[in-house]
Amino acid sequence: MSEWPLLTITTFLPLLGAAFIVTIRGEAQAVARNARNVAMATSLLSLLVSVLAWAEFDPASADFQLIDQAQWLPGFAINYKMGVDGISLFFVLLSTFLTPICILSSYEAVRVRVKEYMIAFLVLETMMVGMFCALDLVLFYIFFEGVLIPMFIIIGVWGGPRRVYAAFKFFLYTLLGSVLLLLALIAMYYDAHTTDIPTMLAHSFPVTMQPWLWLAFFASFAVKVPMWPVHTWLPDAHVEAPTAGSVILAGVLLKMGGYGFIRFSVPMFPVASHDFAPLIYTLSVVAVIYTSLVALVQEDMKKLIAYSSVAHMGFVTIGVFTVKVQGLEGALFQMLSHGVVSGALFLCVGVVYDRMHSRDIARYGGLVHRMPFYAFTFMVFTLASVGLPGTSGFVGEFLSLLGAFQANTWVALLAATGVILGAAYMLYLYRRVIFGKLEREDLKSILDLSPREIAVFAPMILVVFWLGIYPSSFLTPMHASVARLVANYHVALQAAQGLSVAAR
Amino acid sequence: MYTATVFLPLLGAIIAGFFGRRIGDLGAQVVTCALVGLPLLFSIVIFVQVIGGGHTESVRLFTWFVSGDVEVAWSLRFDALTAVMLIVVNGVSFLVHVYSVGYMHGDGSIPRFQSYLSFFTFAMLMLVTADNLVQLYFGWEGVGLASYLLIGFWYDRPSAVAAAIKAFIVNRIGDFGFGLGIFATFVLFDSVNYDVIFAAAPDKAGAMFHIFGLDANAITACCLLLFVGAMGKSAQFILHTWLPDAMEGPTPVSALIHAATMVTAGVFMVARMSPLFEYSETALTVVTVVGAVTAFFAATVGCVQNDIKRVVAYSTCSQLGYMFFAIGVSAYQAGIFHLFTHAFFKALLFLGAGSVIHAMSGEQDMRKMGGIWRKVKMTYAVMLIGSIALAGIPPFAGYWSKDTILEAAWSAGTDVGRFAYWLGILAAFMTAFYSWRLLILTFHGKPRADHHVMEHVHESPWVMMVPLLVLAAGAVLAGWIGHAWFVGEGMDGFWSKSILLLKGHDALRDLEKVPSIVSWLPTLVALAGIWLAYHLYVRRPELPAWLAEEFRPIYLFMLNKWYFDELYDFFLVRPAFAIGRGFWKGGDAGVIDGLGPDGLAAVTRGFARRFSLLQSGYLYHYAFAMLIGIAAFVTWYVLRVG
Repeated sequence: MSEWPLLTITTFLPLLGAAFIVTIRGEAQAVARNARNVAMATSLLSLLVSVLAWAEFDPASADFQLIDQAQWLPGFAINYKMGVDGISLFFVLLSTFLTPICILSSYEAVRVRVKEYMIAFLVLETMMVGMFCALDLVLFYIFFEGVLIPMFIIIGVWGGPRRVYAAFKFFLYTLLGSVLLLLALIAMYYDAHTTDIPTMLAHSFPVTMQPWLWLAFFASFAVKVPMWPVHTWLPDAHVEAPTAGSVILAGVLLKMGGYGFIRFSVPMFPVASHDFAPLIYTLSVVAVIYTSLVALVQEDMKKLIAYSSVAHMGFVTIGVFTVKVQGLEGALFQMLSHGVVSGALFLCVGVVYDRMHSRDIARYGGLVHRMPFYAFTFMVFTLASVGLPGTSGFVGEFLSLLGAFQANTWVALLAATGVILGAAYMLYLYRRVIFGKLEREDLKSILDLSPREIAVFAPMILVVFWLGIYPSSFLTPMHASVARLVANYHVALQAAQGLSVAAR
Repeated sequence: MYTATVFLPLLGAIIAGFFGRRIGDLGAQVVTCALVGLPLLFSIVIFVQVIGGGHTESVRLFTWFVSGDVEVAWSLRFDALTAVMLIVVNGVSFLVHVYSVGYMHGDGSIPRFQSYLSFFTFAMLMLVTADNLVQLYFGWEGVGLASYLLIGFWYDRPSAVAAAIKAFIVNRIGDFGFGLGIFATFVLFDSVNYDVIFAAAPDKAGAMFHIFGLDANAITACCLLLFVGAMGKSAQFILHTWLPDAMEGPTPVSALIHAATMVTAGVFMVARMSPLFEYSETALTVVTVVGAVTAFFAATVGCVQNDIKRVVAYSTCSQLGYMFFAIGVSAYQAGIFHLFTHAFFKALLFLGAGSVIHAMSGEQDMRKMGGIWRKVKMTYAVMLIGSIALAGIPPFAGYWSKDTILEAAWSAGTDVGRFAYWLGILAAFMTAFYSWRLLILTFHGKPRADHHVMEHVHESPWVMMVPLLVLAAGAVLAGWIGHAWFVGEGMDGFWSKSILLLKGHDALRDLEKVPSIVSWLPTLVALAGIWLAYHLYVRRPELPAWLAEEFRPIYLFMLNKWYFDELYDFFLVRPAFAIGRGFWKGGDAGVIDGLGPDGLAAVTRGFARRFSLLQSGYLYHYAFAMLIGIAAFVTWYVLRVG
């Protein structure tokens, strides 16, 4: 098995499926049906292959594994190279896990241009998976930027009334950061003479260069995460995006920023990361408190969850820049958990949106009377979002705050207020939508979850409890890679301090 | 068996919750009662084994999570303290499960109710059997969730849902401190497991660390943060506001969660952490003061409430205060003893109140009761027993434990001990007063309900009365039987190593040295309180109204619970929403988007429009522009060369 290029297959299988869908011709109905089925089958296959990759993965090793490589631009030492370590492995799985769910959830929600929609999603999957597997900086950059295109189209074509504004805002915001990333990339190439990521991780960039490179990467990743104050694209994008688009946006795209920080910023620019950590802490703490308060007063369900995403990602950025084992593993875990939970919450909104075509919180109330399964499902994800122990949300929050507490008690104190506020806005939302009397006439005939919807949610509920009760399956493979990252970081810092002492 | 004791209720909750429709109401009731009843039998066996053997049993299930030095396992620990809690939790829970069969009769969602009750029991058992702080936290939040679900059980009522959210969030504020406490403890001890922490505590006594800009004694900081959690869960002063509102839940819930078990989790936790608290005088002092103030404060409010359940709720709050100041003077055993006896008589009072409400067709306002004692003699009898036990009249249960606590507070010999003693005496006086006020208003005097209600007044069915009788037996006997073991001669053998007492913390050992007036005073003031209630509400029934009129500010202050809800609403809740709205409309939409994307876009468009004006399409415009350009270049060239 191991001689198979599992990661390459996982990455490009969806693209193959997309190519196949392009060739489907015929009557509109049949095309739509076939496109759905092909997309579903390909994404499931891709999930299967990625699970095989997980099985092949050796958790004891900190190295990149399952490496596939080929020559690409030999004259420039730029190659096609794919591989995963404990840090990226689960992002790949998260992407392949969420894509089939998204496709299944769109079976009825998307009725126009189904073929194109499915193509867009499969291309998106290729880009996401490729980005997490890429072990060459140029390759990474291509995938990283490539993600924008299908997402832009998904928001802009299948989105809500203000979709064009939202799509452009999303695109331009993220592109702005990426331009600087490209510049930094070129500069790094001139210093390291390679774009091979493992080599670059071992390379130590000059201390004088680090702050600039760090800032360039920061510009790009901070927008993706998103960190306060460059988060305003997110609520708009979420509100306008179709449900499945929101799921991928919250579930995977936001993780690209966090992943970028862990993969590049911290290990490649340790000195700058150390120096800029207070900035990150400040912005993250502001994000946690500010966006939690904003979430409290939202009237649109999707906006509320979008703002809560910003708050949750605040824990992630804090955890990453503590550069403690707990902080980093907590951040990674929080991203996984948030990927599933926020995705599921958007799907929950999608369920009622499909029925009533409204996301206004005030429009609902008392749904528990007609929709007990829905109420249960929504409750599970609400609790996971609140970070109740036993659900996925707890472990990540706990570990990243524990890391923060070791780095700076004030940061932990302030960030932990997010735990209180999180409970407030989520339960307040739940109360307004689910509890109370069922008073509106048109809600009195609303239907509970269909079997298809149950099939969408069931795996997510399972994963939420799996992550919460036996997180070791996910944490164990992270240990080696994270431990090495932390160790290298401290070595680099000490070396830099030694230099500056010597220079005096 | 040990594992089954904890997990059977969870099984019951799952069966009743997911298959409730299939097995029907009765099926759900039978399953949940059986799956809580069995663990009760097991807990009795465990009690005998653990306490008889004087050792600690632990069962390691599997790893929860590991990250760096943090190692957390799902594992169960059974020592004397746990064994006592198991009896309390499973005992009361089983009785409440049975009682609910009668009380919830006719409700539309019986399986859901039974499922929640069983889930609560599971979470509470996880809490008391935890062998590390994180699992404790799991149970801690789990009971919070169950409490949220049960308070909001009747989700059609806005007030019930609001109370549920309030309970959850106020508890979260406590948990916020608790969580930080766990972090601090980890930083100090490099572990979250009890055994490691307790073993290392003596070495860390006096260690300092830097926290929130202060250099603090490390153990004190840990203890105080953990205690914030206890304050939230046990509804202590400042974080108490959720408990009275929690009475929106069905009455069996109030008995189980908000009287006997969950609210005592804070007391349990501090007793569990005694090997840590013992090393911090400061933390113990804080515990004493908070406990004493709560005991006093809640009693004052309890004296003037009109809702029968709220009176009992404030009484619970006040009794929890007693437990805490017992702990604060290092009389942990007395605190747990009171927890034990209190579980019987307070569950009895709540379930009795439930029986009254049941009889009065759902009425909870005591002003609309009265004169029903002949119709519900048995309920009256058990309420009387519960009240005597609560007031601390010998030889009922409350007497033994409350007296021990007050004597211990005195014998501690410290200033805060004395402070707690005197506040405790005042509270004891008020406790007896409001208990009899409740009895008299509810059962005696002329009926104040309309005749429809009065015609319907009836004794509750046996399925409700039997649990009441069992609890009444406990309320009579628990103190007398338990006294020797919990706080008497057998104390050291009973508790074994589960509670640590340092040398010099001898409050409990010096009880004999307390002057006899000190030990008699609680009983005397209790009798005085009863006399006062009798005088005010039977002999001179016009007096209370006159007093309320004459001392109106004080009355209103007490009636409105010292205005805590209003204060919080004004200083916390409203500002949070206002700031949120400000950030959203002003910050996000105004400043960030205004200066950022939208602003840039507008500026770009503005420039573009101006530039586009240049493209007029007239040839002479372009020619003119070119001429200007040439002129400028020539000038520049000439000037430079020249």
